[in-house]
Amino acid sequence: MNPLRRVLFLLALLLAGSVAALHPKDFQSPEEEARYRALAKELRCVMCQNQSLADSPAGVADDMRRQVLALIREGKSDAEITAFFQTRYGDFILYRPEVKPVTWALWFGPGLLLLVGAGVVVSIVRRQKTDAPAAPPADDRQEW
Amino acid sequence: MGRWLPLGLFLALAVLLGVGVVMNAGKTQTDIDSPLIGQPAPDFALPDFADPATTVRKADLLGKPYLVNIWASWCASCRVEHPVITDIANSGRVQVVGYNYKDAPEDAARWLQQFGNPFHRIIVDLEGAAAIDWGIYGAPETFLVDANGIVRWKHVGPVTPEVVETQLWPLLNTLEAER
Repeated sequence: MNPLRRVLFLLALLLAGSVAALHPKDFQSPEEEARYRALAKELRCVMCQNQSLADSPAGVADDMRRQVLALIREGKSDAEITAFFQTRYGDFILYRPEVKPVTWALWFGPGLLLLVGAGVVVSIVRRQKTDAPAAPPADDRQEW
Repeated sequence: MGRWLPLGLFLALAVLLGVGVVMNAGKTQTDIDSPLIGQPAPDFALPDFADPATTVRKADLLGKPYLVNIWASWCASCRVEHPVITDIANSGRVQVVGYNYKDAPEDAARWLQQFGNPFHRIIVDLEGAAAIDWGIYGAPETFLVDANGIVRWKHVGPVTPEVVETQLWPLLNTLEAER
């Protein structure tokens, strides 16, 4: 195999592993579909935990997606639907964690660390400026 | 002092990492803590495996503690825990209810014939819709529900003799003491 072919072959192998999630196709309106898709993105697949419901091909994700659509059709609000899953699967089901005291470190920790880091950099740079000897004395005798 | 700052920061990070590693040692990262613990078990109405025309409801099981064991013939780990579940059922300490999850009835029947049926009763959730109420996300999973219908314990993955010894029996002891 020539190198290009080999690369294409490997790419094809990579793609072979990805299975598409099954979504219902019988939406009653574009609004319904939009709500469904938004909710599926907000909820985590409990089986393959690094994926949202929107992306997961797992069987249980399928059941949960059906449940999402059923709840939409029952006239439940988005908040009621996420709450429905939250009381059954816990906070874990939320793909985007809520902002509350236990998750403060998660939400604000990185920003805080960034600020601390910036502070450290600034103080080091400042110190170097004051510590560094003034511009080297002009030396006209230097021969180039 | 300034020159020690990077080392200090590094050590702080290392300690943080170490704490994380120690805290998570021995835990399965994929286990989800069930919010159902301490809450009433979901109100279910599912067909009886032995007689699909009969519906088993939560109310039918009230009065004494029971174990709900989620299993399926397609579930390899269910075979692993099968002897353990059988021992629990044979101990006579707790009713064991099988929850046949998204399984073809004929496959389930064959599985029971091949390995033996440890369950006092089996309920069938063909579509897996009722499973969402339990927060079920795979098989095997096992719940302990007390006499008042409150979920007291959940185990994800195969039940091992060690889990029975260190978690289930002590909990049943407390339940028995409560009565």
